[in-house]
Amino acid sequence: MSTGTPMGGASESQARADELVDEITKPSRLRGLSDWWNHLPRVGQWGFLLIAVAAAFALPLVNIPLVTTEPGNNWPLACAEMARYALVAIGLNVVVGQAGLLDLGYVGFFAVGAYVAALWTSPDSTMVHIPYLLTLPLAAMVTVVFGVLLGIPTLRLRGDYLAIVTLGFGEIIRLLATIIPALKGQVGFQQIGRPPGENADGNPVFANSEGAPWYWLTITVIIVVMIALGNLERSRVGRNWIALREDEDAAEIMGVPTFRYKLWAFGIGAALGGSAGAIAAGQIGFVNNQRFDVQMSIMFLVAVVLGGQGNKFGAIIGGALVAYIPLRFTAIAEYKYLIFGAVLVVLMIFRPQGLFGKRPHLLTFERRAHKRIANLADAPTSAPAAKEAGQ
Amino acid sequence: MTDQPVSPATPKPDAPPPLDSEVAQLAAAEREIAVDVGDKLVEIQNLTVRFGGLTALDDVTFDIRRGEILGLIGPNGAGKTTCFNAMTGVYRPSSGGVLLEGEPIGRSKQHKITRRGIARTFQNVRLFGEMTALENVVVGLDARHKVGVWGSLFRTPRLYREEKNAIDRGMALLEFVGIADKAAVQASALPYGYQRRLEIARALATDPKLLCLDEPAAGFNPAEKEELMELIRTIRADGYTVLLIEHDMRLVMGVTDRIVVLEFGKKIADGLPKDIRNDPTVIAAYLGEED
Repeated sequence: MSTGTPMGGASESQARADELVDEITKPSRLRGLSDWWNHLPRVGQWGFLLIAVAAAFALPLVNIPLVTTEPGNNWPLACAEMARYALVAIGLNVVVGQAGLLDLGYVGFFAVGAYVAALWTSPDSTMVHIPYLLTLPLAAMVTVVFGVLLGIPTLRLRGDYLAIVTLGFGEIIRLLATIIPALKGQVGFQQIGRPPGENADGNPVFANSEGAPWYWLTITVIIVVMIALGNLERSRVGRNWIALREDEDAAEIMGVPTFRYKLWAFGIGAALGGSAGAIAAGQIGFVNNQRFDVQMSIMFLVAVVLGGQGNKFGAIIGGALVAYIPLRFTAIAEYKYLIFGAVLVVLMIFRPQGLFGKRPHLLTFERRAHKRIANLADAPTSAPAAKEAGQ
Repeated sequence: MTDQPVSPATPKPDAPPPLDSEVAQLAAAEREIAVDVGDKLVEIQNLTVRFGGLTALDDVTFDIRRGEILGLIGPNGAGKTTCFNAMTGVYRPSSGGVLLEGEPIGRSKQHKITRRGIARTFQNVRLFGEMTALENVVVGLDARHKVGVWGSLFRTPRLYREEKNAIDRGMALLEFVGIADKAAVQASALPYGYQRRLEIARALATDPKLLCLDEPAAGFNPAEKEELMELIRTIRADGYTVLLIEHDMRLVMGVTDRIVVLEFGKKIADGLPKDIRNDPTVIAAYLGEED
């Protein structure tokens, strides 16, 4: 690359790098979209992300006809529920999509998070009371403990066996909520706390009937989580997760501490499920033992599979869709299990990788790597030359 | 390239021409090149592995010396792969054991054995199919990386250093096995021969003292076998010790320094290729005994 104009050389190698990106993303059928995205320069990607985030924040304020869930359901409240499902799906995607651990009891973590918020803020509870916002990190920590306690004995199991044990865990949490007197069974907890702040008219900003503030809170959490998960994905952690999903034995023999990384995936997934549970408890203002059943676990799983296992953006879309469809089409809401079942069957036939089946990026310096490969193609015989050009 | 690590090794005078020493140094920068070629790297002592009533390996004893290419051969079902699995911690020995540099491997977890310096490839290619070739190699390199979940989350300087290094070394390793131009291709989409080479690169990435190749030439045509022999020789010339399981006698005889022969879980011969070739016990094991 030492000869020729720097501009010409750079754009040539850029073109070659683009071709390589094409080769990587080939299995995805949404090629047009992902191609376009991968070829954008960094600044462009950030620009579009900013626009997307701004649009997401504006969502509960714009009531687009046909899209809106009204008159059947309040639109901002529907947005809040969609965001909550999205957060849950992101968390479950780490466990199921990235690390390949089929978890059918994810609602258990969601329930633990909800009960943490209830126990530490509701006047019905005899516990010490703390500000509601502190219950979010607390719920995450408590659910991590539950996740690790469940994970240590069970993560030695594989595939179907793990699925059955986690299914049992979800049920155990629900039954504990019924049996343990302090958790108040069906009576439950009312007046769960909310973040501080009042409107001009004296009503709290985060009232139970106000969807928008809760929605904004949730997507703020989602953004932070997405950045954190992105960091993990483009590093050893993401690679180890995918490696153990692809071939656990080979991963172990290649030096991946598989058990530890499975436990991390389980713990991180649990923390996100718990946070979503705490947010749900705050927004609804009421928690009892009636809401955390197996069907809910399955709906969470549907969200991940629908969006595309292993893709965190897909998980957001999947989670939002799973919440949105029954709220928008209230006439068919009763048949939602039937409908999502049918959708999944169709999806498995025509698009088994989910709506967004694109593989995640796993290298911190992926662009740099592509440049190296591109330069290599320019000068295939001289390794040191390629090395210099890569700098 | 100011932070380019300098290898302590001087290129060996007898290194074969295809070895690009720059690449080799980059691929294994921090490796201590073996000084005493010939001392015992691995000792397999009275190794016995039983599955229920079946004795797959029966009191097998042999050494692997530093810097050699040792062939492990035998008819189908002789216990070659079982021996591999016992060495890499997949199976626990029923009795006897394996010493690496004088230290027993004992009941170490598999990933710890890898870190202690034994790497392997698989009889049936077992790559991470969804990942690119480069990413596969980087998973191997990760075995030597120190950064964990917290370091990755908060993007510590060490993470950046390791990740940058991983790309340089990963590319160098792919170049070493001759598939650098396919670095960005998904492993599952690579041609079979390239997959085999990628497996070797991934195993080398863990920076092993001993590289175990389980039938690396399976399904290769003669030209590809020739290339593979060249690659194995280059790997050895680069300071690695190689244990090779192989059925193809021409390849084994052509590339190994010493051969151990197993039959029905027992060692029946151990010696130089030319002696093995004429050993009546070995001929009997392969061709059947004369009546």
